[in-house]
Amino acid sequence: MTVLRFSRKNLALPYALFLLVFVAAPLLVLFYYAFTNGQGHFTLSNLTGFFTDPNTLGTLCYSFAIAAVTTLVCLCIAYPTAYILANSRLKQKSVLVMLFIMPMWINFSLRITALKEILTLIEGNLAMFPFFNAVIGMTYDFLPFMILPIYTTLSKMDRSLIEAAKDLGADEKAAFLKITLPLSVPGIVSGISMVFLPAMTNYVVLDMLYNSTYIMGSLIGSYFSAYNWHGGSMIALILLAIICIFTLLTSGMEDEDSRAMGGARL
Amino acid sequence: MQNENIIELKHITKVYEDGFTAVSDFNLEVRKGEFVTFLGPSGCGKTTTLRMIAGFDLPTEGQILLNGKDITSLPPYERPINTVFQRYALFPHMNIYDNIAFGLRQKKMKEEEIARKVKKVLDLVDLEGFENRSVSTLSGGQQQRIAIARALVNEPQILLLDEPLGALDLKMRKEMQLELKQMHDDLGITFIYVTHDQEEALTMSDRIVVMSEGKMQQLGTPEDIYNEPRNAFVADFIGESNIFNGIMTGHLKTRFCGGEFICVDDVEEGTHITAVVRPEDVELTAPEKGTIRGVVTSVIFKGMHYEITIESGKNEMVARSVHVAKPGDQVGICLAPDSIHVMIAEDHTNYFTADINDSHRLEYNGHTLDTSVTRIIPGSKRQEDGTIIDANGEVIDPRRTRIVISIQPQDIRMTDQVDEGLVEGYISNLIYKGDHYSYVIHTDLEQDFIVDDEYLWNMDDHVGLIMPIEKMSFALKK
Repeated sequence: MTVLRFSRKNLALPYALFLLVFVAAPLLVLFYYAFTNGQGHFTLSNLTGFFTDPNTLGTLCYSFAIAAVTTLVCLCIAYPTAYILANSRLKQKSVLVMLFIMPMWINFSLRITALKEILTLIEGNLAMFPFFNAVIGMTYDFLPFMILPIYTTLSKMDRSLIEAAKDLGADEKAAFLKITLPLSVPGIVSGISMVFLPAMTNYVVLDMLYNSTYIMGSLIGSYFSAYNWHGGSMIALILLAIICIFTLLTSGMEDEDSRAMGGARL
Repeated sequence: MQNENIIELKHITKVYEDGFTAVSDFNLEVRKGEFVTFLGPSGCGKTTTLRMIAGFDLPTEGQILLNGKDITSLPPYERPINTVFQRYALFPHMNIYDNIAFGLRQKKMKEEEIARKVKKVLDLVDLEGFENRSVSTLSGGQQQRIAIARALVNEPQILLLDEPLGALDLKMRKEMQLELKQMHDDLGITFIYVTHDQEEALTMSDRIVVMSEGKMQQLGTPEDIYNEPRNAFVADFIGESNIFNGIMTGHLKTRFCGGEFICVDDVEEGTHITAVVRPEDVELTAPEKGTIRGVVTSVIFKGMHYEITIESGKNEMVARSVHVAKPGDQVGICLAPDSIHVMIAEDHTNYFTADINDSHRLEYNGHTLDTSVTRIIPGSKRQEDGTIIDANGEVIDPRRTRIVISIQPQDIRMTDQVDEGLVEGYISNLIYKGDHYSYVIHTDLEQDFIVDDEYLWNMDDHVGLIMPIEKMSFALKK
């Protein structure tokens, strides 16, 4: 009789299975569609098509612009907010933090619908400022994702570093610019990566705001609804590549900082 | 001689927002070039005091003078004072050079001048060539040296050190102690040092400030503090001590531990005293030659000497001797007059306030005491309508009258059954006094009780305090 031995490796099985079914397989399918044509033959026409079509390139630029402005606006609101939250001695601090996180618990479509109503009240016709409205919608949706990482970095920061800077002759402003700001870069970076990339693709926000402009996400959506799996897959793949490049660039920066901070805590 | 004091603290009090008094009425004058150490257990207010000198905390009351000028509310960056932080606080995103240059760059110094100074100070702390290393590649000891270098490069008038060696291992700590002392002697900068390590304080300081519960307990040279502790706290905190309660029996004569000894402190006859004897001053002799006799109960080898515990009657005394003894040996104990430090005993009477309830009974902490107001207030009488009048015939309003109860430490009993006690609390301090332990119990009502008990309880034990009514004295609160 064989005795059933339970190895700890078996614990990884469900996850491996999950990866295989939901990550590896779809990726393969994506690759397959991106580099084939309707007849199932290998082709690069989807790739070249993307970069030669002024419409798709225009959408790429437009998405970049929306994402960049959204990220900037989020950062400008989030950093001071996170800074004040992290430094307040209020006992109700957790309540305040909660207030910023709470919207994430409310159904997304509900929130955006509410926003749409407010914007309609103010502007009358939503079609008048499509770019502006897109930025507002995205900012409203993504702000907590910018606040949280910055807040976490700031509140984990060793207070004595600020004191040391002041001790060495730095006034409030210098201490902030030379110590607090550089040390909160990892939080800013992860905030940006959590806002910038989704902002390029989250076309649902635009749809719900009756926004007729196109971003990358809408582009993929339109290809797919026209049953052009091949073109849509290629755009998805290009976005994936952009994400990978961005992550590689920023992770280098993040690692260095977090290593340095870890060292100081020893 | 006004300008000889570099810094003066005048009546410094610090009360935190939550009402906790960290430092109260602290006075100190530090001379130029001195090495002063704040020594005390954690929470004694030493770090708070340092932070007020640095400018990180503002005193609630009092004044800080630097070279005679008031700097009490000056921000830290305008004070010619630099700090070495407990956990170094080196900037992790800068290399060593930039860390050390930080202060000089704030002063807008020329870069070549900065480079020269950084190199010089790195030489001073023995870390030549470390300019381009990152903070995280340094060991704890090296980070410590960089932190010192970063402070010293600014040529401060005062260098503050907040337990700078706390995170280092023993060997490293000993080395750094000597190096710091050497640096102090070479540079001539005033050092103010905070530590809870008495040996560190004794090794390095010109003068030591012993602190406890936000108050200065004693200020003096290491020799003064060690040889002439002013009270039982200092004696117990600095070095090892045998501490006994005693009484003066005549001119330069005192009686404690079951024997009469000659002492050199002139205290009035009949005064209750606390006698402190250092273990190395206890002389062991043949039983018949000693002032008192005892039995050896334990002998521990300590390398340079033996630590011998002797039981004499109900008292216990620790002696240090190069001669070995064995448990069960009968010995005599002699104490040289100048080895006995006599301190006038602090009054340890416990006072607490009780309310009077509507049935004219005393109430404290939800317990009713089995006594009546008429017995407490002299001349008071109960009237027919139930009210009570005092000796002058005025009605005593129970809600507006409070009674102060006093009880001696030896009359309070501790119990594990916390519910049985009149009040419960945690043991926050204990001192061995020869034949008993003196405990400080911090109660849930935020009051400290001093309790004497012959048995050993542990720090932080949760105990109930049983206080017999017949041992209490009562007084009307004015």
